Order: sequence, then C-alpha cells, then structure tokens
Amino acid sequence: MPHHDVLVIGAGLAGQRAALSAAEQGANVGIISKVHPVRSHSNAAQGGINAALDPEDSWESHAFDTVKGSDYLGDQDAIEIMCREAPDELLELEHLGVTFHRDETGHLGKRAFGGASAARTYYVADITGQAILHVLYEQLMKHDVVHRYEEWFTTALVQDEEGKVSGAVTRNIRDGSMELFAAKSVILATGGNGQVFNPTTNALVCTGDAIAMAYRIGAPLMDMEMIQYHPTTLAGLGLLITEGARGEGAHLYNADGERFMEKYAPNKMELASRDVVSRAEQTEINEGRGFPDGTVALDITVVPRKRIHEALREILNVGRDFAGVDITKEPIHIKPGNHYAMGGVKSDTDGLTSIPGLYAVGECACVSVHGGNRLGANSLLDTLIFGRRAGAHAGKRSKGSPMPQPSRASLDDEEARIRAIFDRERSGRRVSEIKAELGATMDEKCSVYRDEEGLREALEVVTRLRQEAKVATVDDRGTIFNQDLLGALELQFMIDNAETILVSAIERKESRGAQYRTDFPDRNDDDWLKHITVQPNGDGEAPEIEYSEVTMTQWEPEERTY
Amino acid sequence: MAEAQDFTLKIRRFDPESGEQAHWQDFGVELDPDRSVLDGILQVKDREDASLAIRCSCRAAICGSCGVRINGKSALACNTRLSDAKQTASNGAITVEPMGNMPVIKDLIVDMDAVHWKKIQRVVPWLLPEGEPPEREYIVPAEAMIDVTQSMACIQCGVCVSACLSLEVDPEFIGPAALAKAYRFVGDPRDDHTEERLRDLAEDPHGIYDCTHCFACIEVCPKDVAPMSQIMRLRRRATADFGIKDSNNGYGHEKGFVDIIEKWGTLHEAQLLPRSFGQGSAIRGQVEPDAVKQLLRDMPTALRGLRAGKITPKKALMHPKLPGQKNVRRIFEEVEGKKERLELNLYIVGDDGDQAEGAQAEGSGES
Ligand SMILES: Cc1cc2nc3c(=O)[nH]c(=O)nc-3n(C[C@H](O)[C@H](O)[C@H](O)COP(=O)(O)OP(=O)(O)OC[C@H]3O[C@@H](n4cnc5c(N)ncnc54)[C@H](O)[C@@H]3O)c2cc1C
Ligand code: SF4
Ligand code: SF4
Ligand code: FES
Repeated sequence: MPHHDVLVIGAGLAGQRAALSAAEQGANVGIISKVHPVRSHSNAAQGGINAALDPEDSWESHAFDTVKGSDYLGDQDAIEIMCREAPDELLELEHLGVTFHRDETGHLGKRAFGGASAARTYYVADITGQAILHVLYEQLMKHDVVHRYEEWFTTALVQDEEGKVSGAVTRNIRDGSMELFAAKSVILATGGNGQVFNPTTNALVCTGDAIAMAYRIGAPLMDMEMIQYHPTTLAGLGLLITEGARGEGAHLYNADGERFMEKYAPNKMELASRDVVSRAEQTEINEGRGFPDGTVALDITVVPRKRIHEALREILNVGRDFAGVDITKEPIHIKPGNHYAMGGVKSDTDGLTSIPGLYAVGECACVSVHGGNRLGANSLLDTLIFGRRAGAHAGKRSKGSPMPQPSRASLDDEEARIRAIFDRERSGRRVSEIKAELGATMDEKCSVYRDEEGLREALEVVTRLRQEAKVATVDDRGTIFNQDLLGALELQFMIDNAETILVSAIERKESRGAQYRTDFPDRNDDDWLKHITVQPNGDGEAPEIEYSEVTMTQWEPEERTY
Repeated sequence: MAEAQDFTLKIRRFDPESGEQAHWQDFGVELDPDRSVLDGILQVKDREDASLAIRCSCRAAICGSCGVRINGKSALACNTRLSDAKQTASNGAITVEPMGNMPVIKDLIVDMDAVHWKKIQRVVPWLLPEGEPPEREYIVPAEAMIDVTQSMACIQCGVCVSACLSLEVDPEFIGPAALAKAYRFVGDPRDDHTEERLRDLAEDPHGIYDCTHCFACIEVCPKDVAPMSQIMRLRRRATADFGIKDSNNGYGHEKGFVDIIEKWGTLHEAQLLPRSFGQGSAIRGQVEPDAVKQLLRDMPTALRGLRAGKITPKKALMHPKLPGQKNVRRIFEEVEGKKERLELNLYIVGDDGDQAEGAQAEGSGES
C-alpha cells in the first residue's frame, strides 16, 4: 500500500505548490494527477497573476479591489492574507525561474486587468499559467522527494471510524490497477468544474472530481452558485480570449458599432469586473444589438501590432486557428462563456476543510477569496498562496503522528463499483449524450441571467440525468487506458456538482456577483450577505442547506459601480 | 460557421490487451470543416466507439496532450483543421496514427515517459542560479526574458520528438524538445551554469551536434518554439562564447546534410551516404542498415517545410535540381544569416520584421 505523510490529489498550480511546500517541511509527499502534471488546466491561464509588488501600490488596495470585486461575499481575513503574501510569492516564483516580463529597467513589468485600481498583473507573454506550471514541475523533477503518480485517477476518499480522512482509492490509468493510498493528510487540488457547462473555457479534465468526492463524504461545499461567465469567449467552442486583451486596451462593440460599456461602466469601461461586463454583453445580445451569431465584437486592432505580438501572441494563434480571424486586422466575435467556479469545498486559510485530515486548495476549494465574482489574475494567486499554506500546514502536522491504516473495505467498494459499471447492460444512453444534455441545460438555465423557474427545470433535468448516468453505456471494458470508464466516473462527479450549483442558486434569492436573478434583481445585504453551504442528506434526498457568516475585517459593503 | 461535411478518419488502432496487431479502422464523421481533427476523433468516441483512446484536454493547443501523426505528419490533433487535413489526405481518408519515435501504449497514446520526459530530465531542467536569491527580483534585460520565452512556450507535446529525423536514427539523441528546454536555461541570465551546460550538451555524442539540421521540428512545432533554431543557438554560444569544440566531430555529419540541402534543395540519395558517413558522423556506424533506409525514406518529409509544400517527395528525390531550391536557400540564408534577429525571438518581431510570418510559412505544409 503506497503511503505518504501528505497525499496531494491534483497537480495543477495548487497541487504542485502544496506538494513542494509540504516537502520543504520534510514530509514524505505523494502527488496524484489524472493527466501528466503539465497538462493540468492551470496552463491555460494566459493573463497573469496579481500582486501589489510596486512600492506605489499597496496590498490594502489589492485587497479592497478583491473585496469589491467579490460583491462583498469574499471573506476579508482570507483576502487580506492572500494579498499580503502575494508579493513574496511572486518573488519566490521569479527566483525559481519563471520568466516574468521585464520593463526597460530590467525589473518586473506589469499590465492592467479588470476590476483593479492599479496595474498589478505580472505575466509571461500570454502563457503565464503555463510558465509557472512548468517551472513548478521543474522543481518537482529536481526534488525527487515528491513521489509523482502521473496518470492516476482518484475515485474516492477514505475515512477511518472517527471520520478522519486516512487516504484515497486511486486507479492507475495505465494498467487499470486500483490502489489504496494511506495518508496522514490529503490535500484536494483537482481544479474547477467547467465541464458541467457547455460551452466552457475549461479543459475536458475540469470535471469537479474532488468537489464531488469531498461532498460525498460530508464536506460542506460553499458558494457553489457563484459561477463566473467570462466576457470574452469564442462562440461555439468556448475558447477564451484573455482579459489581457482588454487590459492592453481592446474595445467592445455591439452590432450597431456602439461602444456599449459606456452605458454600463462609464469609468472602468471594458475593464469593469467580469460579472458586470458579461451582463452588459448579454443584455446587448438579448435586446437585439448583437450579431446574428449571438455575439458582440472585441476589437483588438486598437492595440499596437508590436504589442500584440509581444503580449497577446496566444490570442493571435487562437484567433487564427480557431476562428479564422487575424486579430491585428479585424474584430473578433465573442460572448460570455462559462469560465470559473468561485465556490467549492469550504476550507479555511490553511486549506483545512470541515473534515479532519482533509484539505482543499485551488479552484476546487472555497476559502472564500473570490466571493461572488473573481477578479482576473487572482485565481493563480489563490492556488499558489493557499496551496503553499496548506502544504506547509499538512507537512508540519504529519510530524510525529502515526500513519493511518485505511481499511481495505473501501478499496473493495471501489473495485465493486467499477465492476458494476463494466457489468452494465449496453442499453443505457451514452455517457457523451448525458454529458451534452447536462452542459446545454446548465448553460441555458444557470448562466448570466437566472430565475427560479429555469433553475428548477434544470434541477429536474439533472435529477433525471443522475438516474441515467447510473446505467449509462460503457463501450470499453479493458484495463489499459480505459478513458470510457473514467468518463463514466467523471459524469457522476459532474452531476453532483450540477445539483449543488442549482440548489444553491435557487436558494440565493438576490442578485450578487455572478448570480443575477431576474426575479430578484437587487443585492440584498440584509438577508443574503452570507455564504450558502450544502451538504449531502442521504441518497435520493435534496442536499442540506446551511449558511455561514461572511468574515469582515475593514471593508463595509458599499454599492458597487465601475 | 460553415455547413457540416462528411469526413473519413482512418485511425490506427492498437489494443494491447487483445493480442492483435495494430490495424487501421475507418470512421465517418460529420462536422464543420473548420473544426479540428480532434473534434472528429471526439465525435467518433462520443457516437460510435468510446474505447478509442487519445490523450486530450484543452482542445486549444495549450495542454500538449494530443500529439499524433495526421497523414503521416506529426501535429496536434486539436489545431489541425479537418479541411486542411483532408487536403493532404490520400484517397480522401484522413489518416491518424500515434506519434513516432515513442512506443505505443494504446491506439493514439504513446509512452512519453519512456522517451520525451527522460530526455527532458537529461538536460537538468531547472534553474541553477548562483548563491542566495536577491531580496527582490533578479534584474535582467527585458529582451533576455522575451528571448527565453520562446522556449518557455513549449508545451511538451512531443510532436517534434515524433518528427525528428536524428532521433529515428539515434534513439539516444537528446532531441529537439529537450534541447529547446536546455536553451531556456542557457539563455537565461539568471542561470549560473551556462558553460557547464553547454559543455555537457556538446560533449554528449547524442547532444547538440547530433542534430542533422533537417528543419522537421521547426516545421511541425505548434507553438513556434523552433527547436532547431534553439539548438543552433546552443552551438553558436558553445563555440563563440566558450570555444567549445565538438569533440565527437558530429559537425561533419550535420554539415554533410546542410551542404546538400543548401545546394540541391533536397537530399540526393546518392550523395547522402558518402557524405555523412565519410565525415565521421553522429551516425558513427551504430546504425543498422534498416535505420538508414528509414532515414532516406523520411528525408523528403523532413524537408517538406523547406519546399513550402510545392513538390512531392517523389519528385524531390528524382530531380535533384529543382525549382524549390531557391526557397531552401532563402530560408537558409534567413535563418543562418540574420543572427541578430534569430537571437531574439518570435514574440517581438511583429512590427519590425516578418520572421513570424516567415516561420509560419515554413511551418504550414498544409495551407
Ligand atoms: C482559459 C483560462 C484562462 C485563465 N486565465 C487566468 C489568468 O490569467 N489568471 C488567473 O489568475 N487565473 C486564470 N484562470 C483560472 C486558473 O487558471 C485556474 O483557476 C487555476 O489554474 C486552477 O488551478 P488548480 O491547481 O486549482 O487546478 P488545475 O490546474 O485545473 O489542476 C487540476 C489537477 O487535478 C488533477 N485531477 C483532477 N481530477 C482528478 C482525479 N479524479 N484524480 C487525480 N487527479 C485529478 C488534474 O489532473 C490536474 O492535475 C484561467 C482559467 C481558464 C480556464
Ligand atoms: S532539426 Fe531535425 S534532426 Fe535536428 S532536432 Fe530538429 S528534427 Fe531533429
Ligand atoms: S518544441 Fe514544439 S513540438 Fe516540440 S514539444 Fe515543444 S511545443 Fe511540442
Ligand atoms: S488537446 Fe490540448 S493540445 Fe490538443
């Protein structure tokens, strides 16, 4: 039985950062990832990472922007920690080798991003996430004290009799063997759940696995209704055009050639918060001022050509390869698209969840630093800061405590569950069909604008899909690289995600951040300045809803204008 | 969006558990021609056979998962359009097979650990700065960071590894991706082991002088990393900055290829053997005759980029004096002559040069 002081599940930025910092504490660390670590979705982050590093800037200003961006739903103690620790984290990454952009003097250079009162986004061309991810992976290759399980898929968490997490069951994708891992601490870092929606900017691997696994063993999920729709995604495929484009000065126009942000955010214009810009676009489209393909136009041609080549090259490629558009010459059609899960497994500022021995960090967690709406370039920061803190905490904690002996019963259960999937009749719907219906339903009923009726309809669909998923047809019965089986398991994870998102969205009877309820169009601080958490309530029952207070330190809620 | 069209994907299947040999299987897909070959494969998985295995995740040429060979050419499935693939398909069927130079695990999945990642690990792929880090950031010229960003842009997809000619001949060659990665440290002013790195890579018989300068990696790389250019820069830095000589004399081998290509626009079968063997090359007699045959067979493919897709391989081999050679010369002159420009990279050329376009033209056998 493989056993580790600290077992990290997920090897994106959050997971790798956690693993490295646990190893620094002298802990014996294992890191599991269902794809090779550098394939993790963190590599898609183009825009950059925020830090108030400039002496003219201050962490308080960064924190305030974050609080305001969150529509006051973010927990201010956590936000303070994140923003205060950001400059050191950035410098540490630089020292490890990240090739951050420099200014003429050779110091770190920065760019502007949405919802920020100062330019404080540091970047590597438009491959920031990739550059950081690859540099962290260099460190993993360097320090072989971290044991890597690449292309291993965790299917369930394991608890001891007292409810403490003692390990995880994981399938080796390459040979199909199932292993029971023992661990003193388990850190979840499996990223977001964008695949629950279609289209999405998220990669195919973003299926909310740990959110579901933690939920299944009773860990509360928080802010699940807060799903960010990014203002600039390509219609159809959902590929992202980085906010960096607007940061560099690109404009938004409707089909009438109007720079419509003037109406919605006269001061910040295109650089208002994402929820604000996405709603503005959706309003233009809904009211008939969009293009026939249901989009508005992003005009990057106003950015100097040299600057585009230097700082937005990835967008140049995306435009050319995936939309057939030369962004230096013509506007590109975009629309709001699913992008980010603000919610996730409720965790504290050391990453600890409500279940002993279990941590969650990165996009699958909810600390909550993003509240109702995440600012661009704050997510990489979130993954790194809380990844590091959780790794350090778990690493320290492991000293002196005995290695748990998780029961083999959980391994047997998981093996039986998988055998049952192989034994299914081939009469059910295909996994892909169920997934497609799920994605379309969520995008239709639970996106930029929502109302109770639509959300309830969606919930009904999801309830039906849950049953269908249980008997979905699986073609592949093999052991080696059985992606079909993994797809069937992921589908069930996604359905748990979808249900908790919908239940939370129905519960929040107000409009705040990413949640805009046409039936409750105002923010209502008196009743709803609080987090919604959900927990499972036994098989077939609706999740149990609870509330938790928003932590305020120094910023009282104000009206939010840009 | 265009109307959906019918395409035939001829996919190389291999199921290690079946005991059967690898074989081809045809699938029909119906998609907008602007969609990618990966979208086609995903449609097959979704509608027909979910056991078809391919690594993929981002669908946007970012994660580096979906390297395959499409109509024999190494590429990412997700950024090859169906319409383009159809154009290079013979008999109308788009062939998709696993990448080369790496063992196949199942269907389109190859063992990258056994080859690609081993080679990456070989180049000591982490920064080795001197002493303690400064209190703030290292102060380095903006250009230096932009410069190494070209190799940072590598997504480790292995497509160049799949296409590399030298690797086919010498499986121990460190290879294009790993050497590009090496440049990322050699070119990084923060790294303190530049000379050791260069010496190591020059002295290794499978190192920088084992590259035959065939352009294949430049041609296929989806991220314009231009691994061969990074290798040439490693060589130049080794020689110019540290006077490091190629103790393996592989240079002769490489020069053999280069001279021929420059002169004839393609390799002349008859010339290749005497030239590269004659000069004590990286091949150094360790190859079996089969490998040489392979080398010859693949030569034209490797050169396709040079000829801007204008001449068929067969014609190229049969007519050594061909019109495309002007192009070859031009590209050579461009790459070799403009050292200044090459030392910088594609990220900053936009305004004051057309190298970005140049590199694309080299790379786009299809369009
Ligand atoms: C297109 C795009 C652009 C973005 N741009 C920015 C930006 O500019 N700035 C910014 O701050 N943020 C940005 N974000 C958000 C940010 O990239 C993500 O929120 C962040 O990278 C998530 O990191 P993570 O480590 O939590 O998860 P990921 O990087 O998604 O990693 C998840 C890991 O978990 C593993 N995993 C998942 N399930 C399992 C399982 N069952 N078993 C084993 N392993 C598993 C995966 O293999 C992977 O290694 C962007 C997001 C997208 C989609
Ligand atoms: S130029 Fe040819 S031989 Fe050299 S690394 Fe590239 S593909 Fe390999
Ligand atoms: S150099 Fe290019 S082709 Fe080679 S691994 Fe990197 S991105 Fe892929
Ligand atoms: S799917 Fe990510 S590179 Fe093709």
